[in-house]
Amino acid sequence: MGCKTSVPDSAVKKSERVLKAAVLIQRWYRVTMARIEMRRRYSLNIFQSIEYADEQAQLQLSSFFAFMLDHFSRLDADSRFFESPSVSQVTDSSLSLTELEKRIEVPDSYYGPRLKFPLTPADASALLDAFKNEELLHARYVLQLLHETRRVLKEMPNITHLSTSYSKEITVCGDLHGKLDDLLLIFYKNGLPSEKNPYVFNGDFVDRGDNSVEILIILFAFLLIYPNDLHLNRGNHEDYVMNVRYGFTREVLRKYKVHGKIILCLLEDVFSWLPLATVVDSKVLILHGGISDTTDLDFLNLIERNKLRSLMRPPKSVTDIKDQIKEKVPSTTPNKYSAHQNISGKRRDISSSRSSPRRESTSYAIAEEYQRLVKDGMSSGLLSATSVSDPDWSTEPTQKEWQQTLDILWSDPRSQRGCVPNKGRGGGCYFGPDITAKLFERYNLKMLIRSHECKQDGYEVGHGGKVITIFSASNYYEAGSNRGAYIKLNPDLSPRFIQYQVSKNTCRQNLQERVSTVEWSALKALREKIYAHKTELTEAFINKDRTGTGKLSVSDWAEVMESVLCLELPWRTLRPQLAWSSPDGCIEYMTCFHNLKIGKPVEEQVQPALVETVCRFRKDLEMIFNFIDKDHSGLISLDEFHQTWRLFCVHMGIQIDNETIDKLANSIDYNKDGNIDFNEFLEAFHVVHRLDKKADE
Amino acid sequence: MFLFADRVEAEIEKKVIEAFEVFDHECNKTVDVREIGSIVRSLGCYPTEAELQELLAEIEEEEPTGYIHLEKFIPVMRKVLLERRGPILKEYINNENKCGYLTKEQLVKYMTEEGEPFTQEEMEDMLSAALDPETNIIRYKDYITLMIADDA
Repeated sequence: MGCKTSVPDSAVKKSERVLKAAVLIQRWYRVTMARIEMRRRYSLNIFQSIEYADEQAQLQLSSFFAFMLDHFSRLDADSRFFESPSVSQVTDSSLSLTELEKRIEVPDSYYGPRLKFPLTPADASALLDAFKNEELLHARYVLQLLHETRRVLKEMPNITHLSTSYSKEITVCGDLHGKLDDLLLIFYKNGLPSEKNPYVFNGDFVDRGDNSVEILIILFAFLLIYPNDLHLNRGNHEDYVMNVRYGFTREVLRKYKVHGKIILCLLEDVFSWLPLATVVDSKVLILHGGISDTTDLDFLNLIERNKLRSLMRPPKSVTDIKDQIKEKVPSTTPNKYSAHQNISGKRRDISSSRSSPRRESTSYAIAEEYQRLVKDGMSSGLLSATSVSDPDWSTEPTQKEWQQTLDILWSDPRSQRGCVPNKGRGGGCYFGPDITAKLFERYNLKMLIRSHECKQDGYEVGHGGKVITIFSASNYYEAGSNRGAYIKLNPDLSPRFIQYQVSKNTCRQNLQERVSTVEWSALKALREKIYAHKTELTEAFINKDRTGTGKLSVSDWAEVMESVLCLELPWRTLRPQLAWSSPDGCIEYMTCFHNLKIGKPVEEQVQPALVETVCRFRKDLEMIFNFIDKDHSGLISLDEFHQTWRLFCVHMGIQIDNETIDKLANSIDYNKDGNIDFNEFLEAFHVVHRLDKKADE
Repeated sequence: MFLFADRVEAEIEKKVIEAFEVFDHECNKTVDVREIGSIVRSLGCYPTEAELQELLAEIEEEEPTGYIHLEKFIPVMRKVLLERRGPILKEYINNENKCGYLTKEQLVKYMTEEGEPFTQEEMEDMLSAALDPETNIIRYKDYITLMIADDA
């Protein structure tokens, strides 16, 4: 263009129109793409916020779980499973490999891998093939494998030191969370572990995914074959209390019906022997969570790490126990924590309600709850006085040991300077670049590699390049939610990142469809939360609604949502998906609950707040009922239900009267035979949206 | 009257901050300059690339750092939102080209040669959503409906 020949007027006009049209389409297209990007990001925000809020709840419920575990998870002395070793034998490691072989028979009909110790690479290949074909490894081999793994791990120090000498590149992988496909993809792209191909796996191998068992077996097998080249760090999910809640325990019990509990006992031990950190060339620190302003690597190197069975159980403090022993009855100090809770058991950050330093306050509150619970449990008859164990001082970790380990397994990096309690998770802290710098100076380090947080691209670099987050479970929240990645660390210690994404769809979805899937999933989770807090939200809405019109300004609505749900989300952006607005721009707040209901109708007399409580704690209740159900029949008696429920409500500070519990129990004893099928019960409290295409899960 | 205007402005400001924070994954009130386009567009604006460049010139630091600060972004964005008008795509297209579809070649030619041309990635993305792979044509009315639906 631009040549001044005699171009007819109409031609000029046409090309002008074309130009305008093109620009218009491009503008619109770019806006559409921007909106998609926005939706993708807030979907991840939603998942992450809910996940972390959930983890915080777990830490706060920890004493209750600990209590339940103590009294219900051990096998009885007269075990029905005559052929299995007893718990004490397994945990005392007095059982040798050959003993296990004699005690547990492997039938001829078993076509899976038959392991021979010491393991060879052929065994590892056999395992990989078997798992690709969705076969199960027989319980005897699992137990033998765990037994050997424990023996090997015991020899290792708390902090492993590696070097990249001989020009070896070290591969560092992050969270796998039971996603076998991701592990297989990593091995496919990067090769199997060997002397020439060393790996560090940075924790969180289990929970959430469906193949935690298989991943552990593979990792432990390679550990036994190449103990100097396959390194494992403990993650916050290598913890039997977490496992009960997040799916690993369930997976084991489902896959190993006869030997599941024994396997879990042995696993508890194995997890406690996992090293806490790895250091490469004395310059790169690799651990699962992060650091705090008090992290002391020298101290951590010397602790007896196996005393920390679970970080969800703070150590019994010396003064509490001395009182207990003296008076033979738990102390009756009023529990300040529960006094702060309102009827629906809204969680608060414990440490903010006290003036004492952050560390002591958290475990102090938990210890108080624990004592109160024991007392209540004893008076309700659910527990016998003799079942309350006296602590064995040689096995209890100290407060400092617990705190230091909690910090390195739970903390997250942040851009703001300083070190503050990790409110999102309820344990560990948020550490800033100044904290990182100080630690590096103290120990002459160059880089910190950690995991623990899901990242959209599989990895993220922060603190001016000093802190790397590596996350290896792609599609963690939902198909298409994120990529996974691993790091190649070469001798000059500059990291290379390899990303991937497992894709099960044979037909490739386009971007719009992929984002819609993730978004739908995220909103579903969010709506479930909204429903589960209906009473509380409604109260708060009505409080703000001065005019009584059923409408609130966007600002007020957003404020209520954020304060009740304790989720920092872009509420205004999400609003169109969550509630209706009237023509004047105000929000009809009750429409938040439209189209949401629970799977099965519950009788009218049961109060809504109770229904919501069940929705909210559905997964936790499932776990608790599983404990009580010793014979795995899926049924518990009305009496057991009543007592457990009462214990739970008392702990959570939920006001409930016996009559209401009875009504609830009766309404779910569908065939009126005095027993409750608790799985059916919990299924009924699954929140569904009218537009859900299928009854999910 | 003024109170109302104030409230509207306060609401707009909050909306701007929210959108900004979705992209601020370091949580330190800055975003990568390359994300500004997405943020502005997700707030309901339809800037041309040229207009976007002008906006950036206003909000960037004296010495561009690659990051935009929230405090600089808010006032500029607030002004844009109060004045905005969106182009009316639907009516425009309805009045034009009668046959209802474009061939793939035609669309690619227009989008990559005219106006503010697409990058290759943008072109592929649009085709993946808009192109009917069996006939190799774009029924643009359907695609427009898709785009407008997002605008609700």
